[in-house]
Amino acid sequence: MPKVQVHLWSALRRHTDGKDVVEVEASTTGEMLRALEQAYPGLAAPIEAGVSVAIDGRIYATSLTEPVAPEQEIYLMQRLKGG
Amino acid sequence: MALDEYKPQSGGAELDGERKSFDYVGTRPERPDGLDKVTGRAKFGADAHAPGMLFGAVVRSPHAHARILRIDTSKAEALDGVKAIVTRADFATGLTGEFANVLENVMAGEKALYDGHAVAAVAATSALAARDAVKLIEVEYEVLPHVTDVDAAMAPDAPVINDSYADASVPEGFNANVVRYHESGHGDVEAGFAEADMVFEDTFKTEATHQGYIEPHACLGSLGNDGKGELWCCTQGHWYAQKYCAALLGLETSQLRVTASEIGGGFGGKTTVFIEPVALALSRKANRPVKLVMSRSEVLRATGPTSSASMDIKIGFKTDGTITAAEGTFRLQGGAFPGAPMEFSAMCAFACYDLKNVRQVGYDVVANRPKQAAYRAPGAPMAAFAVESVIDMACNKMGLDPIEVRLKNAARDGSKASYGPRFDQIGMVATLEAAKAHPHYAAPLEPGQGRGVASGFWFNHGGETSVSLALSEDGTAQVSVGTPDIGGSRASMALMAAEVLGIPYENIRVTIADTATLGYNDVSHGSRVTYASGLATIKAARAAVEKLCQRAAAKWGIPEDAVKWENGCAVPSGPNAGDFDPMPLADITATMGQTGGPISGHFEATPEGAGVSFGTHIVDAEVDPETGATKIVRYTVVQDAGKAVHPTYVEGQYQGGAAQGIGWALNEEYIYGEDGRLQNTVFLDYRIPVASDLPMIDAVIVEVPNPGHPFGVRGVGETGIVPPLAAIANAVSNAAGVRLKSLPMSPPKILEALEAGGDA
Repeated sequence: MPKVQVHLWSALRRHTDGKDVVEVEASTTGEMLRALEQAYPGLAAPIEAGVSVAIDGRIYATSLTEPVAPEQEIYLMQRLKGG
Repeated sequence: MALDEYKPQSGGAELDGERKSFDYVGTRPERPDGLDKVTGRAKFGADAHAPGMLFGAVVRSPHAHARILRIDTSKAEALDGVKAIVTRADFATGLTGEFANVLENVMAGEKALYDGHAVAAVAATSALAARDAVKLIEVEYEVLPHVTDVDAAMAPDAPVINDSYADASVPEGFNANVVRYHESGHGDVEAGFAEADMVFEDTFKTEATHQGYIEPHACLGSLGNDGKGELWCCTQGHWYAQKYCAALLGLETSQLRVTASEIGGGFGGKTTVFIEPVALALSRKANRPVKLVMSRSEVLRATGPTSSASMDIKIGFKTDGTITAAEGTFRLQGGAFPGAPMEFSAMCAFACYDLKNVRQVGYDVVANRPKQAAYRAPGAPMAAFAVESVIDMACNKMGLDPIEVRLKNAARDGSKASYGPRFDQIGMVATLEAAKAHPHYAAPLEPGQGRGVASGFWFNHGGETSVSLALSEDGTAQVSVGTPDIGGSRASMALMAAEVLGIPYENIRVTIADTATLGYNDVSHGSRVTYASGLATIKAARAAVEKLCQRAAAKWGIPEDAVKWENGCAVPSGPNAGDFDPMPLADITATMGQTGGPISGHFEATPEGAGVSFGTHIVDAEVDPETGATKIVRYTVVQDAGKAVHPTYVEGQYQGGAAQGIGWALNEEYIYGEDGRLQNTVFLDYRIPVASDLPMIDAVIVEVPNPGHPFGVRGVGETGIVPPLAAIANAVSNAAGVRLKSLPMSPPKILEALEAGGDA
């Protein structure tokens, strides 16, 4: 399984030993979120509350099946919604 | 940049890169719902009727915060015509998360949490009898201390709304009314401030405002004891209404069929439920349909306004206008429940700019007010007000041009956004350049007038989407979409379908399907409809075209891939495919029953390429120093639409955002008394702008195509409300010669600021 780097928003650092970039093994967004929860149990609650994932600048609001790869820039974001 | 100049870049998986021009998209045909609306034929929420229908009315708390000790319904039950009374006991139990919050908001449990909170409801044979019965229901309250201001609610000794709301994100040491926390950014802001030649820092406040839709909430619910029900309602999302009503009433989702009526405005405020579960609960108890229609007072007291906000902004500049660091703290009050969109305030605040050092913090604060609901780009307008005001203050102090400073710092393709990722192809610079080139920006000002400029950002959204397109034997088409038309989407869908099918716009009818006749659809929110339902319409039409080509190929006896679709006809794909006359769509559909069956196309997906959006506004304001009255004398909106499908509707969205922004900036506010009761519960006292308050609002459409849509479309419904508060505040401050830091900039506040003095 490839390793991907995931950038977190700053408030999540308390759950990741102060790191705002963490590395997990995953090939899809869904696997990535599960791996984050397993590696850092404190992330489970914010992920459950709803997150979006930005991959190379494109924001995936809810997808769990989007492929992720080591060379991509990946950001975890709070779930988007609007009016 | 025009579409024909655009070359697909990375991430441009959806954009139809070969397209050079459009036949239908970009034209301005008549609105398909126009005649119905001007003749009264359109059916809005309150127009629903059913045989044997009862009329509902709601008992609401007169207290901002009170424990409900007893509800005595006996006198009301004895009244002639009363058929059912419901309280919290008539709804589901054991709900968690947002279902529990929505239920608590729909019908109070142990406590009333704000003035206007529903505590019981009645169904009777007439509206008058229902209202009389409401007066006979006796509710005994224990009045509790309350708090309505965001900063007061964060104070250590503030009354606590609910000590179980706060999640694990909140740092230790805060009052339990602080229920969520956000922090994001990058770089080293302290080092950035140390590099600055000048640092500007200030605090800003905005009041809660209502979405101000013309049509109050209205619904008709019918629910039998067998658990099967029907609901007609004005909503931005009938699948959402189905899901939440089913949960709150303990129903199977599919047993409740929900039909969206025509909608008289929503702007985010109709993305949730208020009276719909109540009407269904009354109906289940009475075994008859129940109609519930809110009064304007109920709308203002008990449906979601936007959050109020308190914000601290600090920005460091070099003398040439380069921003070295930016920091913002955003405290948003979202009523008596978690959910104030402080993370969007934080993430949008500095998104217009390419910053090396940026940090943003957000606090979600609860108070004794109605549960906030989304309002166009939730959280972003107030953040833009604070940030863009500080940039204007800096420009004034340093003698720099406000558009040039924004251009110097503007986010561009590939810039690292303040909220993290790198931008794809974006239009921030294009909106600034268009604003700079607009005659408005160079026009002279009269004495007493001031000019303001501000930019704004919104994410936009995709969401679950289903579309079905069916062709008729006469060669016309029906498109079924699941996103209520809140901004002209029926016209946009018809134009996009016409573009693919090659048949006239007038030959396509678009219908908002109910929950029983189409796959799931997310709410009409997040500026998603023209993008997502549009993408789905294009793909459904393309699926139908594929079948049309197959039928032509079969008739000609050539391979399917030897047929292509041009100008509404199947044609051989090249000289080797054979020599056949073009076969029009209507010729194929005329015999479709005998050549393989009905032809239709479907598309179901969650499009994820919405594409972010930027806008820049220019405002001229005139301030009367004797009365503090403000007049907006000129207004120009510049915004990136990606590709404007129906430009008139796009311009309407831009103008609407500016008009609502003028109200938010100058007049609108929730005014609470010492007793925690809302003081201005009708439009006479809650003053939204009317036509005479507004200048002609010039709308400039910039088109930087969105790589995530086949035609390059970006949503346009929300970004237009982001810059106005700031642009107007900058104009008013420059006209008055003093800086206005609190909205609304009502005449008393302007007079107070003039008396206090200072700089703009």
